[in-house]
Amino acid sequence: MTREIIIQALISGLLMGFIYALVAAGLSLIFGLMEIVNFAHGEFMMLSMYTTFWLYTLFGLDPLFAIPICIALLFVIGVVTHYGIIRHILDAPMLVQITATFGLAIFLRSLAQFLWSADYRVIDDPIVSGRIEIWGIYLGLPQVVASAGCLLAFGFLYYFVNRTETGIALQATAQDREAAGLMGIQTDRMFALGWGIGAACVGVAGALISSYYMVFPDVGIIFALLAYVTVAMGGFGSLIGALIAGIAIGLIEAAGAILVSPAFKYGIIFLCYLVVVLLRPKGLFGRF
Amino acid sequence: MVTEGSDTRIVTPRRLGGRIPLILLSVAALVFPWVFEDAHTQHVLIMIFIYGLMALGWNIIAGYCGQISLGQAIFFGIGAYSTSFLFANFGITPWIGMLFGVAVSLVVAVGIGLPTLRLRGHYFAIATLVIGEITQTIFINWEYVGGATGIWIPIVWDDPWYTFQFHDSKIPTYYIGLAFLTGGLAFTYWMERSKLGLYFRAIRDEPDAASSLGVNLGRYKLLAFMIAATFASLAGSQFAQYILVIDPDTVFPLLLSILIVLMTMLGGLGQIWGPVVGAAVLLPISEATRIYFGGQGGAEDLMIYGFLIVIISVFYPRGLFGLIERLIKRRDNAGS
Repeated sequence: MTREIIIQALISGLLMGFIYALVAAGLSLIFGLMEIVNFAHGEFMMLSMYTTFWLYTLFGLDPLFAIPICIALLFVIGVVTHYGIIRHILDAPMLVQITATFGLAIFLRSLAQFLWSADYRVIDDPIVSGRIEIWGIYLGLPQVVASAGCLLAFGFLYYFVNRTETGIALQATAQDREAAGLMGIQTDRMFALGWGIGAACVGVAGALISSYYMVFPDVGIIFALLAYVTVAMGGFGSLIGALIAGIAIGLIEAAGAILVSPAFKYGIIFLCYLVVVLLRPKGLFGRF
Repeated sequence: MVTEGSDTRIVTPRRLGGRIPLILLSVAALVFPWVFEDAHTQHVLIMIFIYGLMALGWNIIAGYCGQISLGQAIFFGIGAYSTSFLFANFGITPWIGMLFGVAVSLVVAVGIGLPTLRLRGHYFAIATLVIGEITQTIFINWEYVGGATGIWIPIVWDDPWYTFQFHDSKIPTYYIGLAFLTGGLAFTYWMERSKLGLYFRAIRDEPDAASSLGVNLGRYKLLAFMIAATFASLAGSQFAQYILVIDPDTVFPLLLSILIVLMTMLGGLGQIWGPVVGAAVLLPISEATRIYFGGQGGAEDLMIYGFLIVIISVFYPRGLFGLIERLIKRRDNAGS
């Protein structure tokens, strides 16, 4: 095994890590806000990927230009999910919250299979294609663009949450729902906003990776599983934790694939999750 | 702060109308295969028994003890693989294989439970979920037990009770399934009335108070987890002997772990009959939609499952049993 292969794998892992980080950030934001894990997060991502695919196939719109549409659509889906389902189970036992979002996940996944069949679909000729070479290392251009896009979106999200008034109001709601309400923050709207933004995160990620990733009804499962692991590792509710854990998971995946076996790359990530939560149950940067 | 499952109370058979319905139900279950002789109806009942048993186990760890395991398929798969592997490779009767499966499941349950049951809430749920995924990956890549293709149990026509293969009729499988399910129900019934059930519910509703009163949280959570594993393993063994072909995708999938959860929720969490009622409602729906849509793999049955479970979670979090109980209460109030 040459040094180039290892470096190449690690850089690919790093690129993948930025995508995982954005997906996890959306999940983490919602959890931080109301302590609910959205088990339909991967299915939201799947919907974004299908949207991108159909916009390309039916209207010839390139995945790059589908991003704003996906953001808007997923934001709406997130808000509708909040008002339709989540608002009613805010104070319900944890199990009810789990089954509600799991039910939604199963529903969306089978709906996709019902409407669009279980076929694997590919966007065959996106604008961003081919590969680039940097110091003897070859990288797929779609991968580089997707990762850069996700990192950029993550930056926006971080800025929004920490530097804008609405973002601060979100944080206040996350810290103390009742006190925030007394300060004049409409907490229900904040929850809806949180769901909208959380879903929009996978809207961006889904649109970006559609240019090189297969689109099929079950595609969200692995991204969601990795996002749960990322969020738990980074600490529920911590954005920076999601970023660092996302990158770590991308690197572990790449290293595991070349050092052990590609078949076990996710297994190794899951093992790392177990080790982290057993040694430090709050996750690396957790508040909870 | 609402504690987990604090709104689940016990519905005893008496409150649902005394012993007579129970006796009627038993008689109906016993004569059923002689009245409905078509293979398809019997098949649906057998599936209800198998999944119902697994869901009964999950009800004990989650419904009574409050620990949400999303990895029950691990034990279902171990049960299925144990009987199949021992019979296919060594000709050992599946009855022994079944016991072997339970033994392995118990060891694995201790191995998983000891570290992870210390985790609270979502961390435990996600831990069991990822361990389930790891287990499936291991079996897909474990060539010694058949890898991704799994195990085809050799078909033997002689001595059906030794080989646990009934090719002429579904009736023996039906009664075996019914017997195990009855055993599971009886165990739950006994447990609910024993100190054990009290400890489990205390751990679910008030873990800190239970601990301060001397309930060993770790030990009893582990015990509940082991009971759940045993039920799932027994169900898995029966499933393997009924279908006769198993592979990692059919006996270890995440979806199976989730379906068990959905069934229990639908029927009524922490209710003796909840899991069985849930299985008895969901599985016929699934079969009916599969027939209606012609089994094109369009996942219509899962679409209905998903939709139902969202509705149940949002509007009737106590399941069908909660609904029935509410109706009965209303009737009683109107009567008095």
